[in-house]
Amino acid sequence: MNFTLKVWRQKPGEKGKIVTYDAKEISSDASFLEMLDIVNERLVIEGEEAIAFDHDCREGICGMCGCVVNGYAHGHQEGTTLCQLHMRAFEDGSVIYVEPWRSRAFPVLKDLVVDRSAFDAIITAGGYISIRTGSAPDGNAIAVSKETADAAMDVAECIGCGACVAACPNASAMLFTSAKISQLALLPQGQPERMTRAQRMVRAMEVAGFGACTNHGECEAACPKEIKLDNIARLNREFIGASVKKQA
Amino acid sequence: MANNMTFLETSVGKKVLMAATGFIIFGFVVVHILGNLQLFLGPEALNQYAAFLQASGPIKWTVRIVLAASVLAHIVSAVMVTLQNWRARPQKYAVKRYQETTYAARTMWLGGPIIGLFVVYHLLHFTTGHCHPVKAGFIPDSNGVINVYNNVIFGFQDTVASGVYIFTMVLIGLHLYHGLWSMMQSVGLNHPKYNHWRKAFAVLFALLIATAGISLPVSVLLGLVTPV
Amino acid sequence: MKLDSKAPDGPIENRWDSHKFNMKLVNPANKRKFDIIVVGAGLAGASASATLAELGYNVRCFFYQDSPRRAHSIAAQGGINAAKNYQSDGDSIHRLFYDTVKGGDYRARESNVYRLAQVSNNIIDQCVAQGVPFAREYGGNLANRSFGGAQVSRTFYARGQTGQQLLLGAYSALMAQVNAGKVKLHRRSEMLELVVADGRARGIVTRDMVTGKIESHAADAVVLATGGYGNVFYLSTNAKGCNVTAAWRAYTKGAGFANPCYTQIHPTCIPVHGEYQSKLTLMSESLRNDGRIWVPKKKGDDRVPTSIPDHERDYYLERRYPSFGNLVPRDVASRAAKKVCDEGLGVGSSGLGVYLDFSDAVKRLGEDGVRERYGNLFHMYEKITAENPYKVPMRIFPAVHYTMGGLWVDYNLMTTIDGCFAIGEANFSDHGANRLGASALMQGLADGYFILPYTIGDYLATAGKNSIHSDDKYFSKSKDDAHGKVNRLLAIKGERTPDSFHRELGKLLWDNCGMARSDESLKRALEKIPKIKDEFWQNVKVPGEGKELNQTLEMAGRVADFIDFSEVLVRDALARTESCGGHFRVESQTDENEAKRDDDNFAHAAVWEYKGEGTIPERHTEQLSFEYCKPSQRSYK
Repeated sequence: MNFTLKVWRQKPGEKGKIVTYDAKEISSDASFLEMLDIVNERLVIEGEEAIAFDHDCREGICGMCGCVVNGYAHGHQEGTTLCQLHMRAFEDGSVIYVEPWRSRAFPVLKDLVVDRSAFDAIITAGGYISIRTGSAPDGNAIAVSKETADAAMDVAECIGCGACVAACPNASAMLFTSAKISQLALLPQGQPERMTRAQRMVRAMEVAGFGACTNHGECEAACPKEIKLDNIARLNREFIGASVKKQA
Repeated sequence: MANNMTFLETSVGKKVLMAATGFIIFGFVVVHILGNLQLFLGPEALNQYAAFLQASGPIKWTVRIVLAASVLAHIVSAVMVTLQNWRARPQKYAVKRYQETTYAARTMWLGGPIIGLFVVYHLLHFTTGHCHPVKAGFIPDSNGVINVYNNVIFGFQDTVASGVYIFTMVLIGLHLYHGLWSMMQSVGLNHPKYNHWRKAFAVLFALLIATAGISLPVSVLLGLVTPV
Repeated sequence: MKLDSKAPDGPIENRWDSHKFNMKLVNPANKRKFDIIVVGAGLAGASASATLAELGYNVRCFFYQDSPRRAHSIAAQGGINAAKNYQSDGDSIHRLFYDTVKGGDYRARESNVYRLAQVSNNIIDQCVAQGVPFAREYGGNLANRSFGGAQVSRTFYARGQTGQQLLLGAYSALMAQVNAGKVKLHRRSEMLELVVADGRARGIVTRDMVTGKIESHAADAVVLATGGYGNVFYLSTNAKGCNVTAAWRAYTKGAGFANPCYTQIHPTCIPVHGEYQSKLTLMSESLRNDGRIWVPKKKGDDRVPTSIPDHERDYYLERRYPSFGNLVPRDVASRAAKKVCDEGLGVGSSGLGVYLDFSDAVKRLGEDGVRERYGNLFHMYEKITAENPYKVPMRIFPAVHYTMGGLWVDYNLMTTIDGCFAIGEANFSDHGANRLGASALMQGLADGYFILPYTIGDYLATAGKNSIHSDDKYFSKSKDDAHGKVNRLLAIKGERTPDSFHRELGKLLWDNCGMARSDESLKRALEKIPKIKDEFWQNVKVPGEGKELNQTLEMAGRVADFIDFSEVLVRDALARTESCGGHFRVESQTDENEAKRDDDNFAHAAVWEYKGEGTIPERHTEQLSFEYCKPSQRSYK
């Protein structure tokens, strides 16, 4: 298969631009990232700098990869990270736009690589249960119904890739934040810090420079782990509840 | 550092405020339109209703103040949220495609100001009469009664004015469709069992309000209701 | 090189307790005066950083990814073992210990393994308390499954994403300490040198991968939690970024490297399908609980698998190992797959694959029943191969997955360099020659949460503060070395990409030092590696600059270290003329083609000591004694 790539290239500290590359004789079984590898191999041989892009596990779980491909975060295939997207999903001869996640909170470091430490800042603010190592009670001392455990697992699957921010018309991080708040609010272990957690995580999210949620639902559509929009409602409820209790 | 942000300084807080004020405005719109639908019941009903409203001084002013405050808060928080959202993505995508979002959702920022301008026009049109084609209609008759029924009909016989109303009612429908659903999401009203009703509820009310609003100028233009 | 395991004596049940009691403690007020560097933020690195910070130490954590949540521990699918015996099926600490030593083919240190089994229970408690959403039974208790050859159900799991959930648990504990100001994260930082002076680790030299800045960091102890070296084979189930550089740098500064030839080839991976392929994807071993492995009986039978009748299929694992069947340990399953493929019975276009068939399971459980258990794995398989495994059998083939070898550590997890510790997959300690399923997560977290935080205190209480600062000459020398290497790579301006050398090296190792190794193949590899190395240093091409983000440069540096390291790996494989666990020497097999150990000559850990560039490293041994688990031929028949 052959493709024409329109790739965002940006040197650190400079303005970026779209540059056109040919991707020739690509196997339909190659993943999107392997296609970029092949292009990069050629660029290096020709003495040009390789297109910088983030990736690591290449099996859809580490959350490191991700670009906006033809206007879709992680490409057009549902529930798929970029590394799991294969070239057979594209039409031979097509033009493919590849751009980095775009958000003020995720500044571009180079080409397609962005800095997502803002996500870490949100978790740092309260995305945890403060439990000292070695002080935990027996695992079965806390009963958790299967339904609750499953519901918590549904949201815990978030890989922190940032596709929700990239896809959101407002570059909002509500889906990411709500996934962690939901997981811990659902579980009995998360109850003691439930109120402060919602307060602190939401505020950290605001400080990081993300946009507000205006309920477009694009995040849910782009999420490779198919995290549901309902979690944002839960975040709102948690935050309102926490704010009311704090006043009282 | 982040922890001294007040509730309303967060976007989540602003969205809650928008939901609450939006709900108040929505409530008013429902009552207002229901009242005005009395046009179809004839001049007596509508005029009596108008007189009743005029007579209820303190209540009228309380409603007006609450409503004005709601509108103001709704607008201020909308502007702030929108500005925050514009700031959040300084560099736009060369190609961006959407999958879930609706036209209604993406035009909230534009629909809002237009509806705002409409409200001003609406007040000048029917409340103060400054923009009314037949200003004489605002002069009380020998019984000291303003014939609201006729006023409304004269107002809508102007095709431009009616066009503005019809156009805005469509916008209001879109605004309500996204706004009502958003409102429930923003205040955290959700339950897996009933979630699919949330959108149905929004669609239903958006349609009802828009249809009711449009029915008034359309009926006048079609001559279905005539002045007395 | 002195190899004192420091493993305590006495009854094995009491060793860890008495050792803990005998260790020196650092007074709480003094803990905040000590600085600890942790390299790596996977299960071991994150859990160690978090726990050390909780105790009061000042921790700096370095990792090459953009966030600690990315480390490759996240990709572990199946589960984590613990001797809870919640199922009342006869499990115990002793049984987990015994299974692990036996599974490791009697090449692990008994004291370490027993301790691992002991703390396994604490790990589950800790993770549950952190909010890890382990699978539950309807009554609310934790659920278990049996896994990878164990005859008890002791594996705890969170769907097919156990590693992810455990890592996110450790990550959350780490971020809590970042919030408390006790841990400083150095993201996108790669360790290039270990700084050693007067026999003690003093700190590290790193490259900030965003700015290209080479920086010195001094500390009172350095902990390497840098994972395994499976990527030396180029194609493996490891993440693309996994590398041997940190461990290799420690080795060149005097840390012994133990058993590099112990590499685990996982039996259930998606087969290779093309030249361009960048990595292999593992399908959890749990699939073997319900899937049946077979190849056609007839050579060259290219019918679609569903039209091959049952009597023309060879369910070779069930045939050869009637009591364990499809659930034999990884090394056995992998070799059996290789054997049938070598005989020309392999399936798929490359002939390097066997079927993993779920049609019986679908009949028994229904498609939904199968989906409930393996839905995400089937989904992943379909995504990669565009085949529906509910309808047609999966094709699988073994792939490099885990490395049991690593930096030699004593009972305190300290390498042969004072103050330099190695934890998790980066060390060699607990799995012997073969790792059982669901033990890697257990070991990473055991080291990080429950072992290192004690033993490092003993070291610091004894050794005191490090008096050498980051502006000292030792650091500037290491900084110069690191700079020199970067500049050298940039200056070659040859004609081949780093990746092409990596592929060449990987193929050489896979062919000659992969699932089966012979004296001849190993010698061939040993002959070729220096040639690859020579060409690399003359002909590699790295465009761009060193002072900014340059992924080709990062790759080139890692490949250079892989090339150097591969030589030690092959030497170790050559010296160990027995077969054991993941190391199969064709010269050493039983009449039934099973691996044949040589306990008389090889019941030891082989530890390699660096002797300088171009000099053959020296092989030392740590004799292993088996007081509680008497070595026997492993039989899964």
